[in-house]
Amino acid sequence: MSTLEQMYQQVILDHAKHPVGRGLVDVPSADHGHLTGESHQVNPTCGDEVTLRVDVTPEGAVAGVSWEGQGCSISQASVSVMTSLVEGAPLAEVARLDGLFHDLMSSRGKGLDDDDAEDALGDATAFTGVSQYPARIKCALLGWAALKDSLARSGALATN
Amino acid sequence: MTTTATVRPGDPALEVEPAGTGTLSTTELTAVRADFPLLERTVRGGQPLVYLDSAATSQKPQVVLDTEVDFYEQRNAAVHRGAHQLAEEATEAYEQARAAVAAFVGADEGEIVWQPGATAAINVVAYAFSNASLGRGGEAAARFRLAPGDEIVVTEAEHHANLVPWQELCARTGAVLRWIPVADDGRLDLADLDAIVTDRTKVLAFAHVSNVTGAVAPVATLVAAARRVGALTVLDACQSVPNMPVDFHELGVDFAAFSGHKMLGPTGVGALYGRRELLEAMPPTVTGGSMVEVVTMESTTYAPPPQRFEAGTQMVAQAVGMGCAAQYLGELGMAGVARHEAELAAEMLKIAEIPGVRVIGPLDTANRLAVVSFVVDGVHAHDVGQVLDDKGIAVRVGHHCAQPLHRRFGIAATARASASVYTTVEEVVAFREALAGVRAFFGAE
Ligand SMILES: Cc1ncc(COP(=O)(O)O)c(C=O)c1O
Repeated sequence: MSTLEQMYQQVILDHAKHPVGRGLVDVPSADHGHLTGESHQVNPTCGDEVTLRVDVTPEGAVAGVSWEGQGCSISQASVSVMTSLVEGAPLAEVARLDGLFHDLMSSRGKGLDDDDAEDALGDATAFTGVSQYPARIKCALLGWAALKDSLARSGALATN
Repeated sequence: MTTTATVRPGDPALEVEPAGTGTLSTTELTAVRADFPLLERTVRGGQPLVYLDSAATSQKPQVVLDTEVDFYEQRNAAVHRGAHQLAEEATEAYEQARAAVAAFVGADEGEIVWQPGATAAINVVAYAFSNASLGRGGEAAARFRLAPGDEIVVTEAEHHANLVPWQELCARTGAVLRWIPVADDGRLDLADLDAIVTDRTKVLAFAHVSNVTGAVAPVATLVAAARRVGALTVLDACQSVPNMPVDFHELGVDFAAFSGHKMLGPTGVGALYGRRELLEAMPPTVTGGSMVEVVTMESTTYAPPPQRFEAGTQMVAQAVGMGCAAQYLGELGMAGVARHEAELAAEMLKIAEIPGVRVIGPLDTANRLAVVSFVVDGVHAHDVGQVLDDKGIAVRVGHHCAQPLHRRFGIAATARASASVYTTVEEVVAFREALAGVRAFFGAE
């Protein structure tokens, strides 16, 4: 596989074409003790944008993620893969995945060399090839930044 | 047309070349390319580099690199101070470079102020207005004073460097920013020019050539409109000076800014052109050493221009390098360079025939340079750039520091191919062929 094909894995192209969670969903705030938060992130160098909304259960798990965005296939596919990965996950697990994905993006194409970690990341390991291109890493991280920020804004991180 | 082999450090400033009709011959182009060591390198697994990002920054000929090294090896000293031989030689090299740049752009020596780049140069003008508005510079600077109700006019096509400083100036002075819109073909829409440039207009700032659309602005029309109402003109000449003959006196603009690194020169240096009488009347912006006459604990009097606007130790080696770059281009002959690049622009514009490719900017080659921005249906510019890069083809992707212009066309990002003196038709053909395969790679229908 060429480095270009390593970067644009079929999983990524599929998610870019058929994104998961795209289309902001209204979450009535304080609905049965749920917390919600929203974040808008931009990548000023290329204009990639994402607005992401998160809904957290009273027990501290992600009930749902929805988002709207525009940008390159890497940024859009990454939000999509992340959405399917974190839905239903407890916040501690979300934090762990966020850490693992950042580690993956710093791996310069080598991956994590840790089967448990790669299992946990699932489809998100398809972004390993992206980590060979320093200019594109921030595209892959845009959605994760939006998730982290919307969780912080929801107040869920303080209480859990 | 002469080849470049005769340009060497220390050559006297060359006149702007005589008019001709030829473009660069294949032999001349081969000789030009041999002057640029970086063009020999390979990228992405041993492929030849196809550098189509010269509008962002150009590559440098060996003679420019040698001139900078030669300065450090033989002449390095602080300029305009010190009585030793090195100081004399450094000062001479610095001032000769100024003369070379001045001759290259149709200016007098005293009308060229060294600046770190075009962005800094435009900010000098904006801050001079600001300082004058606070009363600095006295009566002489009256024409730089702004008050609420005054207007500054720019265009919708500006690089942020020729937009944000004016927004900020308006915020500081209460002046109002207005702009000339861009038409669907990427050229300025002058239909309402007389309603936009009025008695209230104090500054009309615009790009000579857009770094996105490649369109050449109708300078004469805009200068005439500004003169009618007594407004000062500021020309962003970043993209014109490296690619076509430019004569500021002939254009009749009041100020102009351009960068060394886009015209085969080093980074860290650029120039502000100002009509002599205006520079003389303008209060300084950055203050400190080297730009003064008499300093007491209470107050300071300022040196005449250009020194008044060159505070602190200057980027002498880079300035000398920029002077050399101006000589190099002058010797090549800008009329021939422009004709060569017109041919490249025509080759580039053929991408509009590729299904799904849309050019943002004029499709005809009249009054446009070889800077071609485009979108590919169903594929983001970043992804387009990545596929081209995989074949060794370097283009720019993003908003190219012109967000309002992109918003005008309802897009966030474009990919952009741009040429310089050393670009070949073969490179443009390789680019077109690679671009034709992009939609298939992403499965875009
Ligand atoms: C049209 C135009 N104006 C201004 C600039 C700013 O030049 P610099 O970044 O060298 O100051 C550029 C370069 O990016 C440009 O293309």
